[in-house]
Amino acid sequence: MTEPLLRMEHISKRFPGVVALDDVSFEILPGEVHGLLGENGAGKSTLLKILSGAYQPDAGTITLGGKPIALPTPLDAQRQGIVTIYQEFNLIPTMTVAENMFLGREPGSGPFISWKRMREETAEALGRLGLDLDPMMPVSDLSVGEQQMVEIARALSMESRIIIMDEPTSALTEHEVDRLFRIIADLKKRGLSIIYVTHRLQEVMQICDRVSVLRDGIRIGGGKVGDLGLDDFIRMMVGRSGAQLFTRLGDHRAPGAVVLKIDGLWRERDPTNPHATLLKDVSLEVRAGEILGLAGLMGAGRTEVVRCIFGADPHHRGTVEIEGLPVTIRSPIDAIRHGIGLVPEDRKQQALFLDLAVRHNLAISSLENLSWARWFVNDAAELELVEHYRKTLDIRMASADAKIADLSGGNQQKVVLARWLALRPKVLIVDEPTRGIDIAAKAEVHHQLDAMARSGIAVIAISSELPEVLAISDRIVTMREGRITGGMPRDQATEEALMNLMAIDRSAASPAGNASGNEGRI
Amino acid sequence: MSDAAARKTVQARTGWAAVIPLLSRYAPAVCLVLLMVVFAILEPSFLTPLNLFNVMRQISIEGLIAIGMTFVILTAGIDLSVGSLVAVAGLVAAMIAKGSTASSFSLSAAAQQGYGWFAAMLGAIAVGLLGGSLQGFAITRLKVPPFVVTLGGLSVFRGLALMISAAGPISGFEEPYRWWGQGRIGPVPVPVIVFLASALVAFVVLRYTRYGRQVYAVGGNREAARLSGVNVRRVLLSVYIIIGFLSGLAGFILSARLNSSEAVAGEGYELNVIASVVIGGTSLFGGVGSIFGTVIGSVLIGVLINGLVLMNVNSYVQQITIGLILVAVVAFDQFAKSRRLK
Repeated sequence: MTEPLLRMEHISKRFPGVVALDDVSFEILPGEVHGLLGENGAGKSTLLKILSGAYQPDAGTITLGGKPIALPTPLDAQRQGIVTIYQEFNLIPTMTVAENMFLGREPGSGPFISWKRMREETAEALGRLGLDLDPMMPVSDLSVGEQQMVEIARALSMESRIIIMDEPTSALTEHEVDRLFRIIADLKKRGLSIIYVTHRLQEVMQICDRVSVLRDGIRIGGGKVGDLGLDDFIRMMVGRSGAQLFTRLGDHRAPGAVVLKIDGLWRERDPTNPHATLLKDVSLEVRAGEILGLAGLMGAGRTEVVRCIFGADPHHRGTVEIEGLPVTIRSPIDAIRHGIGLVPEDRKQQALFLDLAVRHNLAISSLENLSWARWFVNDAAELELVEHYRKTLDIRMASADAKIADLSGGNQQKVVLARWLALRPKVLIVDEPTRGIDIAAKAEVHHQLDAMARSGIAVIAISSELPEVLAISDRIVTMREGRITGGMPRDQATEEALMNLMAIDRSAASPAGNASGNEGRI
Repeated sequence: MSDAAARKTVQARTGWAAVIPLLSRYAPAVCLVLLMVVFAILEPSFLTPLNLFNVMRQISIEGLIAIGMTFVILTAGIDLSVGSLVAVAGLVAAMIAKGSTASSFSLSAAAQQGYGWFAAMLGAIAVGLLGGSLQGFAITRLKVPPFVVTLGGLSVFRGLALMISAAGPISGFEEPYRWWGQGRIGPVPVPVIVFLASALVAFVVLRYTRYGRQVYAVGGNREAARLSGVNVRRVLLSVYIIIGFLSGLAGFILSARLNSSEAVAGEGYELNVIASVVIGGTSLFGGVGSIFGTVIGSVLIGVLINGLVLMNVNSYVQQITIGLILVAVVAFDQFAKSRRLK
């Protein structure tokens, strides 16, 4: 057996409140493509960041070619020959291909750059990948696939031994995927090792030699592709361990009439936001007093769907009906007028006013109801509102005038929930409602969502944690690559069944396994 | 024992960590008081009622604009065009008062009957509202950054002022017109009253109205404001209309005080106005600040200039001082912020 090129042993990493990696060990052989699989939050990103020098492990050792190494900074990782190609790339769009290739290590003498050498060496590096690009072209003029090739060429020119690719195909066309796979095969022949991180299981089957599966920060298993099949990987990815963490809620809820119905929603590419997942013919409905779980892996389009419904992003085709009547929603203001609320995915960036007090954060959407003479905020009514939700949601805070930034994540999230409850919405959409909050607060948020459904609100809940989706939803709909891929009532749903719908293209005709998902991309 | 330990950590927290936010909150007021004490000791004529009203009158016009600038900066915007807009507004007011809206060349025809001060004031305000609306439109609809729009405005409005006043300054207004710049109610100069009354209204608007909350929300986190149902575009447009209104009013009062309108009026106002707002504790990143702070900031700059004049420091040094204080205040603000985050 060949000696492993890279060996990670007993790697652990914890963050306040979470163990991101727990005693993870694995090896990369020279000239192999090693797939790294796992659900959202399984620990893949943390592992990558440790290997690329962005994070330091709390425990464990890394050996490269038999020698123990330390990677205190990303530069050290590069010097050791470990290069990471991130999903959104690390190129400077306004600079040329050649400048990007040699950023920080420009050839030349003294302070002067030799443009001639830079051009020639760039052309040569691109040529080795079979690319015919002008080295003096600005990177912003390249397609996503070409930019990725530039990243790979740069990695090669740094004489790297291990290339880490994080979701490399998520923004590529079918043709570009084929070219990437040819190049990966070629790199393998030259003895380079590749760590291939993806959600697309069929690609793993096609291109990887061996696979490691992470779950809840633990390396749960792995092995040779061929010895193990698709179903084995799915079984490893979905955990039963998380299931008992959450109490199953809402067994006796009784959903009523359909409140929100969306039909044939399409979202095309938007030049201002090119990384957003495109939506293809999304239809769904949610009933009063029901919690609809929306499940899908990163980039499946869950957030994009709810942002379109809420008017936060534009959609290009499709109809929205509220209580049977068609409505036009062009902005969050329209959505709110029709009784829709959204608790967005990123609390700090999209929901909170960190410089303002709790009361101002809570009341911002319902000021109209709290004002006298139309314009003047009634302080007493505002404080009463805050006090009401402090009691019903058990918000822990020093006072209504405390800065929101001083509250814990769970309490901040309750303030955001209260902001919407104060408007008495018909539909409340919660996107990752328990992200980044501790387990006790998660349970509290679940109880609040249950109580909201019981009070007759139609709830759409997005979560990356399948046990959470299973614990709170009446019905679950799955998405993959911008499409709805299935749905089932909770009694029939298992993590495995859902993961099947989330990760595998059952209608796949092409070997790449993503033909249907890529139409309409560049 | 554990009690004592707990008390110790509480004390540690109330040491530096507690003083810095407090200091950063009241720093402008503390600086102002210190500065006044220093000047009072060094220069006996400083602390006379006459001189203090003088200071207040001097700051009132730029202070008026600073109130508008507070709204703009609270939304993380900026308006560099205020000085130029003041000049256009002052000229339009003068032309209306002189009754020569058609051509500035007919000014010499003394026979022409002018309109009263009220029409002149309305005209100046209308100019301000129009200028502010146009810039607000470019910012919210054409999506041009405020810095660029108002830098363009600075040049456009100044050019307009030079164009319409081709014949030179327009001077010599009737007494009711001049009263708005030179008159007094009791001992208090009229411009000071206009300034303080506007500050009071702005304070109430920012502190007690829905609109005020929305201004802070838009400046604090634009995306969160949008997703909370705040009409972000309308709020942004409105702050440029507010500062336009106040710049127009300031243009009228300046021309009344000088008894003359000229194309170079208000040159360099943007520096003192922005400095007043920032020294008063309003963050250039938006979402944090107050009218009270802006009033203190305006007075502080006024006192500083007045004190330096009384001590016969030359005017170049005054400019240098204001620039240095501006940078020092923001540096302190950044320092306080980094302490808070720790």
